[in-house]
Order: sequence, then C-alpha cells, then structure tokens
Amino acid sequence: MRKIWAGAGAGLLVAALAACSSTTTSSAAAAPGTSQPAKLSGTLVVFAATSLTDAFNKIGSQFEQANPGVSVKFNYNGSSSLATQITQGAPADVFASASPTNMKTVTAQSLASTTPKDFASNQGEIMTEAGNPDHINSVADLASSSLKVVTCAPEVPCGALATAIFKNAGVTVKPVSQEQNVGGVVTKVTLGEADAGIVYVTDVKANSGKTTGVVIPAGQNQITDYPIAEIKGAPNAAAASAFMSYVLGSDGQQVLKSFGFMPPPA
Amino acid sequence: MPKVKLPFNPLLALMAGLAALFFIFPLIGLIAGAPWGHIGTVITSQTAVQALELSIVASLASTAIALAFGFPLAWVLARKKFHGKGVLRGLTTLPMVLPPVVGGIALLLAYGRRGFIGRPLESATGITLPFTLAGVVVAESFVAMPFFVITVESGLRSMNRRLEDAARSLGAPRRTVFLRVTLPLIWPSLAAGTVLTWARALGEFGATITFAGNLPGVTQTMPLAIYISQSSNMTDEAIALSLILVVVSLVVMVFRRDRPGEG
Repeated sequence: MRKIWAGAGAGLLVAALAACSSTTTSSAAAAPGTSQPAKLSGTLVVFAATSLTDAFNKIGSQFEQANPGVSVKFNYNGSSSLATQITQGAPADVFASASPTNMKTVTAQSLASTTPKDFASNQGEIMTEAGNPDHINSVADLASSSLKVVTCAPEVPCGALATAIFKNAGVTVKPVSQEQNVGGVVTKVTLGEADAGIVYVTDVKANSGKTTGVVIPAGQNQITDYPIAEIKGAPNAAAASAFMSYVLGSDGQQVLKSFGFMPPPA
Repeated sequence: MPKVKLPFNPLLALMAGLAALFFIFPLIGLIAGAPWGHIGTVITSQTAVQALELSIVASLASTAIALAFGFPLAWVLARKKFHGKGVLRGLTTLPMVLPPVVGGIALLLAYGRRGFIGRPLESATGITLPFTLAGVVVAESFVAMPFFVITVESGLRSMNRRLEDAARSLGAPRRTVFLRVTLPLIWPSLAAGTVLTWARALGEFGATITFAGNLPGVTQTMPLAIYISQSSNMTDEAIALSLILVVVSLVVMVFRRDRPGEG
C-alpha cells in the first residue's frame, strides 16, 4: 500500500514538473501547427524594460484583441536583468530594451534573430514628491546634501541616464540608493522616502497625480533610444514578428505617444 | 515505538536520493561555474569586502535584537495564558511565510519617512531608517526574528516544567531556576533558533532592498551585491560572491545539525 502511494507521489511530481516546464513550448508549438499561417496563436513572451510597463500593457491587450488566439505575457524588469536572463537562456520571444547597451549584451552573443529596431525614445526628468515641497528647480539643486536623491544603479539604463545628466549638468549628486529598475525609484519617491529621483519623462507622466516633474533642459538631458528585437529560437516566432510590427506600426506608436514616449530617431 | 530494523526499501532510497541530489546539483553548479582563475581578485574587490562586512554586522545585530526582544516574546507565547494568543503568534510569525518584498513595503509604510511610526520618529529625533544600516537591521530583524521566536517557544513548551517546580519547591529563587534549570533545558532550541535567525538574516534580500535600498558600502549586503552583479551581466562576480555566502551558511547549518537534541 505504502509503495502505491509513494509511486503515485513520484508520478505526480514528475507530471507536475513536466507540466511546468512545457507550458511555453506546447503553446508555441501550436503556432506553426495551425492551418492558416496568418492566424497567430499560443503564448507570446515579451521581455520589456520597466519603463515600458504601462504602454506595453496597453499595446499587449490591443494586440491580443487584434489576434484573439494569442496571449501576451510580459516580463518587466531593468533592461540589464532582462538581458542577463536572455543570455542565460530564458525563453523570451521579444526583447524591448530601454537602451541599446543592454540590447548589445544580447546581440553580442548572437541571441537576437532580427536586427534590433528602435521603436521609441525617452529622456530624463526629475521626479519629486507631489507639489515639489523642497522647491527643486534644477539638476544642480539635487547636489544639496539635505536632499535624499534616488537613482537607478549605473548598470541599468535609467542609472546610466542619471549619470549622464549629472555629468552634463556638471554636478556631483550622491544618491541614497541605487535602485535596480526605474520602478524602484518611482516607488521611493511616491512613498516619500526619497525627495527626488531621476526617472523618465514617461514615469512622471504616469504618476502625475502622486508626483511632480521638474523638466531637465535639453542641454543637460540625455535621450535614450528603445530597441526591440526577436530572440533567437523564440518559442513563438510568428507572434513575435507580428508583435514587433505592431509596436513599430501606427497603432503601437500611437499608444507609446499617449504615454509620453517620443518617436524613435529617424 | 519499538526499534525494528526496517527492510531496505528501494523506492524510499530512490526518492530520498533524488531529493538530496535536487539540493546538491545547484551547489555543484556554483562550484563548477565559479571563476576559479581570478576568484581571488573578485572576492577581495571593494564591493565584495564591503558587502560581506555589512552582511556580517547587520546579521549579527539582527540576531542580537532577536535574542533581546524575541526571547521575551517566545516566553509570553509559551507560558502566559491570554485571549488572542493564537492571533498574536500568527501576527508575529507572519514574516516567515510572507514574501520578503511585501515585508519591505509594509516596513516602509510603518517605519518609512512617511510611515505612521517613521514620521513622528523623524520629527522627534531626526532619525530616518530607510537607506541606512539601521534600516537593513530592521528589515533583517523583521524577517528573521520569527524563526527565533518560534524555535524558542517550542523549546519552552516541550521542556519538562516539573523540573522548574522541583527547583522552586526546594527554595531556589526564580532567577536561579531560570539560569540553572530553564536555560540549560532549552539550550538546544535557543542555539538552533539563534543560528537559524542569523542565517536567515544573512540571506535576507527582498525586505532589505525594498526598505533600505541599495547603496554599496551603506546598505548593499551580500545578497544585494549578488543580485546586482548577476543582473548586470557580471556573472563571475555573482557566482564568486554566492560561493562565499554558501560557504558561510553551510558551515552554520552543518554546525546546527550537530547540536544534540535540537527542538
């Protein structure tokens, strides 16, 4: 009797593990199996920079509406984390990076099956608590030691952006924390833990009620381009290229614009 | 139960063996993947040394806090009778099952600069916890202390209390009873609880990065340094730092298993 139970347990465990590991492949396998090649199906896994969260959620649901067979799953994180995950074999179909640098990590290992295309660009803005109680007016103001300033870690695109902005403005800012993605910076500012942070223009727009933005003049600001590419061996390659066309097409561009992104460089 | 030598059960052995391998393989992976060629430079880098120092200081401080405050809590839970004790136990040991990042957010909302404790604390003393070493200790204590409380509480419950009664009836003062009877009896669970708490504090990540932030030399403990390096395509650094943490933790866990009669 005991053996039966142990056997059943082992069977269940193996079945469960197998089920877990095969979800993406099985759904992806459905894509080429359909009779009409134009009809997309299965799960599409998109790795996207944290700063794209709101815009891509919207694009994702629009894309799903346009392609009822496809379910889009997003993995949002700092672009450097995502690049590492991809180089270590994460089953992504599409990678949308907040910086060409992290895209290079992926292309350097020949892990992109298409040439990365820029689909949007963004720039930095100072995010302060709602109403800007500390009267921060410029990047130079952030150098004050009485202010708690949060940026991204230098390895993450939004951290590189902050570093470039401080350098352009010729100021030394000592952040109290280097967050792993731009969401961490936004959280610290919206909760009032930090007085200010360097984020993207789009983050200020998305949190307009809870925070106040201080525009950084063009001479000090840095524009960062967002490239997108299909990942080599993408489990759902058909949906991946359709999704990229959607992002680069007028519908996707419209959504990105509505969230404050600038068009990609011509 | 009578001690009978059970016959060899191949299925049992197979399943136990698979379970053991499940844990051992990742360790082999770490060891095999380590940058042995230049591991010396990696683990003596400023980032690594600072992070290890911070980790040790913060985890020891949280363990001390667990001893000072967790013991009385364990005592109350084990010995006192009052309404709502189950609820109290549930609330104080909740961090054991809570995702640490949830703990971090909760800590921010209570002890952060705008938190309902943190705000009056700042206006009264000027002290703010986030982004400081104290904040790291708070985060680690929040996550690790429950392990101490629950282990010591179970030690206090399972000990033979008649030995305390005997000592007391023989005229020993309460202090003597505690030091000479109770403490030696619960020593194994005290030791196990301390070690578990320390190990948990040492490995704390989610609550720390959420509540205390991440700044090398200030709040960046080993797990944070490991996370940052692995997510920045610096896999060599991440593996080398992980190995240090594995070695330290392994020493502690093996030591713990050797304590006789642990609770």
